[in-house]
Amino acid sequence: MQFGIFTVGDVTVDPTTGRAPSEHERIKAMLAIALKAEEVGLDVFATGEHHNPPFVPSSPTTMLGYIAARTERLILSTSTTLITTNDPVKIAEDFAMLQHLADGRVDVMMGRGNTGPVYPWFGKDIRDGIDLAVENYALLRRLWDEDVVTWKGKFRTPLQSFTSTPRPLDGVAPFVWHGSIRSPEIAEQAAYYGDGFFHNNIFWPASHTKQMVSLYRQRYAHYGHGTPEQAIVGLGGQVFMRKNSQDAVREFRPYFDNAPVYGHGPSLEEFTSQTPLTVGSPQEVIERTLSFREYVGDYQRQLFLMDHAGLPLKTVLEQLDLLGEEVVPVLRKEFANLKPANVPDAPTHAARVAARNTEVGTA
Amino acid sequence: MKLVVVSAGLSSPSSTRLLADRLTAATLGQVDAEAEVIELRDLATEIAQHFVTGFPPARLAAALDAVAAADGLIAVTPVFAASYSGLFKSFFDVIDKDALTGKPVLVGATGGTARHSLVTEHALRPLFTYLRALVLPTAVYAASEDWGAEGLAQRITRAGRELARFMAPSTDESSEDTAGRSTNEAGPSATATAAAAAPDVDTAAAIAPRSLHGAITSVDPAAGFEVVPFAQRLAALRPAD
Repeated sequence: MQFGIFTVGDVTVDPTTGRAPSEHERIKAMLAIALKAEEVGLDVFATGEHHNPPFVPSSPTTMLGYIAARTERLILSTSTTLITTNDPVKIAEDFAMLQHLADGRVDVMMGRGNTGPVYPWFGKDIRDGIDLAVENYALLRRLWDEDVVTWKGKFRTPLQSFTSTPRPLDGVAPFVWHGSIRSPEIAEQAAYYGDGFFHNNIFWPASHTKQMVSLYRQRYAHYGHGTPEQAIVGLGGQVFMRKNSQDAVREFRPYFDNAPVYGHGPSLEEFTSQTPLTVGSPQEVIERTLSFREYVGDYQRQLFLMDHAGLPLKTVLEQLDLLGEEVVPVLRKEFANLKPANVPDAPTHAARVAARNTEVGTA
Repeated sequence: MKLVVVSAGLSSPSSTRLLADRLTAATLGQVDAEAEVIELRDLATEIAQHFVTGFPPARLAAALDAVAAADGLIAVTPVFAASYSGLFKSFFDVIDKDALTGKPVLVGATGGTARHSLVTEHALRPLFTYLRALVLPTAVYAASEDWGAEGLAQRITRAGRELARFMAPSTDESSEDTAGRSTNEAGPSATATAAAAAPDVDTAAAIAPRSLHGAITSVDPAAGFEVVPFAQRLAALRPAD
């Protein structure tokens, strides 16, 4: 199982000081957080993609390329890459290039984006969101899997004998996750291709996450990729920890109360009971996270949201120390003990190249 | 059968709740149903939270489910600033957009003056028409002075009878021509006549499966999602050669 962090990249006022970081400070903080993730032994760093303030990460492969050069083991990913408004040709090229730079430590999570105005800024219409995700990904798949592509579709200019360069590293494209909070069409898409399905998990009740993952698992089996238990599932999580539970609650409350997504709504206590948000001791985080498998089954990737709502960099780095030192080692051991043998490991480039070679060898 | 009553009154005792209760009694006198009253005041905080978080807390989810599953709905609001109250509108803002499709709805309103009498027609009726409900022809408005005047009781009785008639499924087509002829007597014979007069609301629209887009009002893993097979979706996008 892989553990990591995912970031939205929001520039938010710290409610305890009234100060917001500059864009430059926030971008540098995201880099420091990514490097810290490797230092404390996490497996994955994933960045969001946004094209509107107050968010900074508009150019994920640029940022991930920098992190690739400064790290050795960390898998670089996204949360999410906009399959709707980005040109699939550019996604194919950017992420293949990143694969080469990072020696394969790359995968990608497709998402539609939920900000209406972003679509027309890129010449698209949010009402076509699902169709864009379907057509663009179908093209992206071909650009990675076939050397020469002739293609015609509804949304993009046709391609005649086109080769996307560079070709994927070792002829194996980055593993793809499809992220969706509430669109069964996307769970269906992930199942159809045998790709991974990632549920953000953190904003809604567990019953909803369970329903979406269960649909994906059933359809994964329907398309003949394996049993439902063998489908590749990733989940989000959101935590704030201190050694003493009460200290965590006291320190996090102003950030929770003013958070961009759910602030000024339910109380911290209500929201932690309704959603997977956990604010407390490392032991409480361990117990809560282990409970996720009870409603989604054994899964492959757990990403935590750690750096949002205006939390200062120093605090986020302390959180990552706690995550890497006290939480993840225990989770690795516990999840490994619980996982049945027929449930696959999390995908890596090396494993996928080996699997491809086996397949070619036996064909 | 299930009758759900949504009351947006804020004070206690509330004249909005009083009107809701009288409409309920008038309906139950004509049809065999079980009534459940939802006081929006008790759900005010959860409704606001739903706006902020995008999902309903437990009690609100149960209320939304109850409305969606009802055979008939009575919805009563006080008049605030010449329209339904914000709380009343907020509840119907977070309900699943298909939850009221084809459902008979009796609307009512209360106010301090008879000058707001048409609020049921210019505010409530279009709201429920938008939600594809079957809004009954008789709506009941009660101003302060109406509570002591003749006329309100008759309007309530007429409205209750109408709702009962539309809630009851049609069982005997031969007596169809008795529609509207039943007089004021309550009891089994009136119920039978009302039932016979009920139009077919069991249409495709009325029994259409509810979508999970918009507000979640029910979480049932077995029946939750309709899936269009992926290949079909992909093929629909393929341009003709």
